[in-house]
Amino acid sequence: MRIAGWGGTTRQDCRVSHPRSEAEVAARIAEGHAIARGAGRAYGDAAQSALNTVDMGRFDRMISFDAETGLLVAEAGVRLADVIAAFLPRGWFPAVTPGTKHVSVGGMVAADVHGKNHHRDGSFGAFVEFIDLMGPDGAVRRLTRGDNDEMFGWTLGGMGLTGVILRVGFRLRPVESGWIRQKSIVAGSLAEAMAAFEANAGATYSVAWIDCLARGVAMGRSILMLGEHASAAELPAERRAAPFGVPARRRLTVPFHAPGFALNGLTVRAFNHLYYAQGVKKAGESLVDWDSYFYPLDAIHGWNKIYGRRGFVQFQCAFPLATAEAGLAALLTEISRAGQGSFLAVLKRFGPQASRISFPMEGYTLALDFPLHARTTALLERLDRITLAEGGRFYLAKDARMTPHTLRKADKRMAEFIAMRERTGLAEAFSSTQSERLAL
Amino acid sequence: MTKGAVLILGGRSDIGRAIARAFAAEGHPVWLAARNADGLEPDRADLELRYRVEAKCFEFDVLATHRLEGFADALPGLPEVVVSVVGYMGDQQVSETDPEAAARVMRSNFEGPAAALALFANRFEARGSGVIVGISSVAGERGRATNYVYGSAKAGFTAFLSGLRNRLAKKGVHVLTVLPGFVATAMTEGMDLPEKLTAQPEEVGRAVLRAVKSKRNVIYVKPVWCLVMAVIRNIPEAIFKGMKL
Repeated sequence: MRIAGWGGTTRQDCRVSHPRSEAEVAARIAEGHAIARGAGRAYGDAAQSALNTVDMGRFDRMISFDAETGLLVAEAGVRLADVIAAFLPRGWFPAVTPGTKHVSVGGMVAADVHGKNHHRDGSFGAFVEFIDLMGPDGAVRRLTRGDNDEMFGWTLGGMGLTGVILRVGFRLRPVESGWIRQKSIVAGSLAEAMAAFEANAGATYSVAWIDCLARGVAMGRSILMLGEHASAAELPAERRAAPFGVPARRRLTVPFHAPGFALNGLTVRAFNHLYYAQGVKKAGESLVDWDSYFYPLDAIHGWNKIYGRRGFVQFQCAFPLATAEAGLAALLTEISRAGQGSFLAVLKRFGPQASRISFPMEGYTLALDFPLHARTTALLERLDRITLAEGGRFYLAKDARMTPHTLRKADKRMAEFIAMRERTGLAEAFSSTQSERLAL
Repeated sequence: MTKGAVLILGGRSDIGRAIARAFAAEGHPVWLAARNADGLEPDRADLELRYRVEAKCFEFDVLATHRLEGFADALPGLPEVVVSVVGYMGDQQVSETDPEAAARVMRSNFEGPAAALALFANRFEARGSGVIVGISSVAGERGRATNYVYGSAKAGFTAFLSGLRNRLAKKGVHVLTVLPGFVATAMTEGMDLPEKLTAQPEEVGRAVLRAVKSKRNVIYVKPVWCLVMAVIRNIPEAIFKGMKL
């Protein structure tokens, strides 16, 4: 079966099974080289294994919910969209959500995803109480934060390489409505954008769209978007009766792969220019429904196809606070010089993160996407080198192309991860196309 | 207003689960019936947690026709909708040489489901309302060398549903025949199915719900199957018999 990551660049013929019981999962694991696949929303080759891809889509049941603590126990294949559909009407929302609701709970653990509230609340892992993990011998263990062998920590952000996640217990947050009070701030440069993030550290949500083609003094100009869950009292009178009901969004579908020339320097430049101009015009406060605020791209079904049949690659790195400004400036300079801007360049302040192997670190993260062609590959390699020089690291959920050398240089923790996998028999039982490429 | 219960015979199957979810999402209580009903507990709990409807499980074996009355009597009441998702493909080659195996395929796909729906049909008729849904198969539209034992049983089931519909049309009871085409389920796992012709179980669930609401008689889940089957049905037998399908 031909499968790929969301970026569409890693298409590969894989043997895919769809187990329906724990015994079936154990039998697949016994064959070796197994990797669990959830919703297939990792951008690269993290959730595919030529020999043994284990699709967890049939493990899609919610098990229990505690309305006192907000603890939801769900099987790994449950989609975040289903969690929202079931619990937002009862006044609960995911405590951490990535930029799409079409992810699986297992995938959220494996990538230890972050959201627009990372600076305040940390990554998804901060809200995970336990993980039921099936190990190389088929035995199921309930992992918790205090585990002696740190398997809980290795599994959060471990990209599925510690075992097959079966169930997760994680906390939701109480909300009074399905609406977000959004405030947009225009920042004319990178320094202004960073200052705005620091000045708004108290905001629940913050994220900036950054014009990665602006040069000179305007380099790094951004629209910073802050958000707060609106209380019932903050809603206009006509919405107060049904605070969780939001208008149905018009869904658009990208029906086919766009031709390669549709996205070029000119269209990207025009888009970035217009987007910035719109942002300047609309700056200020507004009330936005949860779906449009958190998941703008979900409204365009199959948006990944706008990059054409060859697909696109993502680049996301994080810098520590000390070197963030220098690192980001160097990346933006390189990108604008190459003239290969990205439609969706996103800048975000990360807060403190204490975890074994997860991606975030206190500092700044920049996420970019590029249609795949030869020039992009060369540009990305230059971006890798800049990131390394400024002490940054890379997000494996986005990666489709890094070398093992780059990863190991960027992330000293990987050597320990590899040794742990060797020592515990995980290396033979669990591997993905990504882990093989990165020699994990 | 409380909505009527939906009984799903074969509630463990991927299609059965998907239909249960589609109706539960609309606020219908759902009753799942299958063998080893204890194993359905996670699905039952999921339905209640997700959709805040009442969900129950019942032990049911489609081949045990002598226990059918008892099964129906033990239900909390007469459901508003009964759906038969029961089916068993078997192995065509084994069915060709082993009459016991062939009988099992025929009984699982025709005799058992027909007997069960006949019982509910009579009770629905007496009440003057109800909806009967039979998940049959495009395999029943024309016998093919690769699965004619299964196909012939489904053909029988399709004809049975058609007759039931005819009989009950003026009695307030509606009968829906579903011919899903290829569906990505446990039954078809490992088969190399063409993507454009293959439905996900969730699509079947939504299609059945829509069809029940709009009182459709016969549906294919993916509209393209209507065309595919029109072509297959119309190939002259003299040509058809020489084809590899």
